[in-house]
Amino acid sequence: MPAGKSVRILDASSIDRALTRIAHEIIERNKSLDGLGLVGIRTRGMPMALRLAAKLGRIHSAEPTTGVLDINLYRDDLSLIAAHPVLKKTEIPFEVDGAKIVLVDDVLFTGRTIRAALDGLMDLGRPDWIQLAVLVDRGHREVPIRADYVGKNVPTSRDEQVDVRLKEVDGNDEVLLIRADGAGLASSEPAEEDRQ
Amino acid sequence: MRLRSRHLLGIDGLERSEIDLILDTAESLAEIGTREIKKVPTLRGRTVVNFFIEPSTRTRSSFELAEKRLSADTVNFSASTSSFSKGETLLDTARNLESMAPDFIVIRHSQPGAPHFLARHCSCSIINAGDGAHEHPTQALLDAYTIRRHKGGLRGLRVTIVGDILNSRVARSNLFLLSTMGADVTLCAPPTLMPPGVEKMKCKVTHRVEQALDGADVVMALRIQLERMRAGSFPSLREYATLYGINRERLELAAADAIVMHPGPMNRGVEITGEVADGERSVILEQVTNGVAVRMAVLYLLAGELGREAAA
Repeated sequence: MPAGKSVRILDASSIDRALTRIAHEIIERNKSLDGLGLVGIRTRGMPMALRLAAKLGRIHSAEPTTGVLDINLYRDDLSLIAAHPVLKKTEIPFEVDGAKIVLVDDVLFTGRTIRAALDGLMDLGRPDWIQLAVLVDRGHREVPIRADYVGKNVPTSRDEQVDVRLKEVDGNDEVLLIRADGAGLASSEPAEEDRQ
Repeated sequence: MRLRSRHLLGIDGLERSEIDLILDTAESLAEIGTREIKKVPTLRGRTVVNFFIEPSTRTRSSFELAEKRLSADTVNFSASTSSFSKGETLLDTARNLESMAPDFIVIRHSQPGAPHFLARHCSCSIINAGDGAHEHPTQALLDAYTIRRHKGGLRGLRVTIVGDILNSRVARSNLFLLSTMGADVTLCAPPTLMPPGVEKMKCKVTHRVEQALDGADVVMALRIQLERMRAGSFPSLREYATLYGINRERLELAAADAIVMHPGPMNRGVEITGEVADGERSVILEQVTNGVAVRMAVLYLLAGELGREAAA
């Protein structure tokens, strides 16, 4: 458990409900799932994309294909941070040209991760359109980016930390808001796992 | 996880975890080579000097492709076009290169230790692309990457290296890497092409190729240079081919799923027959493809170390 006081803002069942709602909204908004692919941003966007795909499959009979994107090659702070982040594979098992893509991530914060993800996707082809689904929108955007589907809007202060824990990666499902406890959290050097 | 140095001067001294990190990173970067647009912006604005004092086509173009796929800017100097051929010392050349503020110098040189010398005098990152008969670290890394892709891992594998061990930087770097990773290495060459003191290294040594190939999972043939014959290391190329050449009959002695490797350039019919080089067990061209991804991984990780030192 990280330092500072933490408050649980979503538990396992509310995470599940939020994802179910997002799945319904995706269908409502796009009518058809033809040519739709879900792309999860590493690390926790990937299990979220898989869960969303399973839910869409149950609601709509056909499960959309999923892929995973590592955005580290596209970060805008590579020349600023000490030591390059560990690279993981990008695997998009469908044709990106002409695809309809829902990008999936756990937390929307500055928007810089999404900017990098958009560049990464565009390098792979020209999708028809890209939408964005996030579990938590915590505000503090630094670039003009917004989400199409949001599990929960959480007002935060900049030095707080939002920790999404998912069973597939962390062993349990919950979202914690960690209050700043003096030094450490407001570091200007983001850790490897930090959202940009 | 990171590398401990901002230079890649050799495999000797790298830890197992660092080798794993480079190979894993290469695995992630390999996908870029399969894209329609083979380029990512990661090293935008970084400058790489490719300083090749010894002839090389494969290694130099592989480095250049790796640099370009990461969006770095590249400048090439080769022996014939540089002032080096006009009598400039290595130190002066290095200082002049350094004055152009590169982030990396990739150096190929006939003198062992030339990259280490540059590393002492330059503030940029130095990558050894082959120094005399000393080391060729990126070749060993791409060999390991290729083996790992086919065999799943390196630990416990039986790797046989046949050829001019004495003059081969590839053999040396491979031996360091494979023994660090727990592979079981056998070196095979005529006594005149085996370095003195080799028995002290972590490997088996034999002069009989049949014995070396018996049960091998990986067979690596090394280039035999014509100059060596002139120097009297063996009587004739034909005799070498007869006694040590990798041919179909000899390959039967290796494991049923053994792969055949060669760092290039090949002498068909000398250290390896054309039939084996083009055969279904040959991964020689894959080695070339994998070289680009491995060199991208080295550049990516070393650029991170440059950033770390700049921040410190």
